[in-house]
Amino acid sequence: MEYAQSYMTILVFILVGLALPAAALTLGAWLRPHKPTSAKAITYESGVDPTGDSWVRFNVRYYLFALLFVIFDVETVFLYPWAVAYDVLRADVGLFVLVEMLIFVFFLVIGLIYAWKKRVLEWT
Amino acid sequence: MNVWMLLGPVLLLGVVLGFVTYAILLERKVLGWMQGRHGPNRVGPWGIFQTVADVFKLLIKEDTIPAKADRTLFKMAPVIAFVPAFVVLAAIPFSEDLVFADIGVGVLYIISLSSITTIGILVGGWASNNKYALLGAMRSVAQMISYEIPLVMSVVGVVMAAGTLNLTGIVEAQQRMWFIIPQIIGFLVFFTASLAELNRTPFDLPEAESELVAGYHVEYSGFRFAFFMLAEYVYVFAMAALTTVLFLGGWNPVFGLEFIPPLIWFVLKFALIVFTIFWIRATLPRIRVDQLMQLGWKVLLPLALFNIFLSALLKEVLEGWY
Repeated sequence: MEYAQSYMTILVFILVGLALPAAALTLGAWLRPHKPTSAKAITYESGVDPTGDSWVRFNVRYYLFALLFVIFDVETVFLYPWAVAYDVLRADVGLFVLVEMLIFVFFLVIGLIYAWKKRVLEWT
Repeated sequence: MNVWMLLGPVLLLGVVLGFVTYAILLERKVLGWMQGRHGPNRVGPWGIFQTVADVFKLLIKEDTIPAKADRTLFKMAPVIAFVPAFVVLAAIPFSEDLVFADIGVGVLYIISLSSITTIGILVGGWASNNKYALLGAMRSVAQMISYEIPLVMSVVGVVMAAGTLNLTGIVEAQQRMWFIIPQIIGFLVFFTASLAELNRTPFDLPEAESELVAGYHVEYSGFRFAFFMLAEYVYVFAMAALTTVLFLGGWNPVFGLEFIPPLIWFVLKFALIVFTIFWIRATLPRIRVDQLMQLGWKVLLPLALFNIFLSALLKEVLEGWY
């Protein structure tokens, strides 16, 4: 029951969090002026007329970082349960619990070193 | 289901808004003092109504949306950025009996929710159809995904020491020794990474004024802009509270000073972290984008991995101590 109640509380938090922007923006809509002109609606580009669109194809420079992120984020998914259960596993299988994780992290570190040597981690 | 379930979050929202109001004033005051100025001192005695005045100014500012922007996403983005910032606070234990949702996976809950804000920033930057905004949003995402890894990994040492992901459990595990002592490497990595996650100086590249004007929120005005700012400061609140819980022993008192109530202890440690964040802003210059990436992947990540095994080793040596 307490379990369900915790998540009910989170639901209340989400609702309160949504209510604040809704209330503030509605209040603002009553108070603020509304005099649109075509000049105000121009995209800002340091005071000069904007050239072209910004919805164009461009090189997302960090896509390799994003790939590395996925790898290491999945690694943390394995690290967390291991860390929580560390004491139990330590009593159960001894120091082998540490050796296992060392092997796992070792393989990932090889991946990191590879990316490092391939100069993926440079932002050029 | 009782009345406190609704009233509690509303009260917390009030406290958080009060914190944000005075944290902004304090930040400007601290920056002023460190630069040999007075800081804001015109609105009310000691400038105490400065932020209040700023908020009312934002409230009556005209709301402009660029003609070329994607209107739906443009309006949604500040809300997507703000809501997770507030919802994160549900799991933080402020004292032994002041915790809103005492969930078993507290650490994971906070870390996973806080990354949703990145989506809000990306949506806002893209929907503006502005080059500065897009560049700022892209930088922000690159920075947040790069620093999330060391942030998450630096907590593994704490989780190992406490044997639980529940934040109340983590605080109770620190009754003998605060985790900042055995987990000093973890603390330093966590604190650095959290500054980067908060987009604060020296990692404020997504909104580097001198290159990107204002970054992802350059097209926002009035209260929509205010919600991006609010989200940022609510995260300062959440991160400072999380640092207090994970590394500074939460509400645990310093030995010999048990007569001070637990909640006061929490607030004191929390205030220390908040002050340090402002202090760093006054001290360090912004780092370059290539240095940013290298610091995250080549320094903090190996350090965080090393810390995991160091924690295991410490557990053997200091058996029963923590």
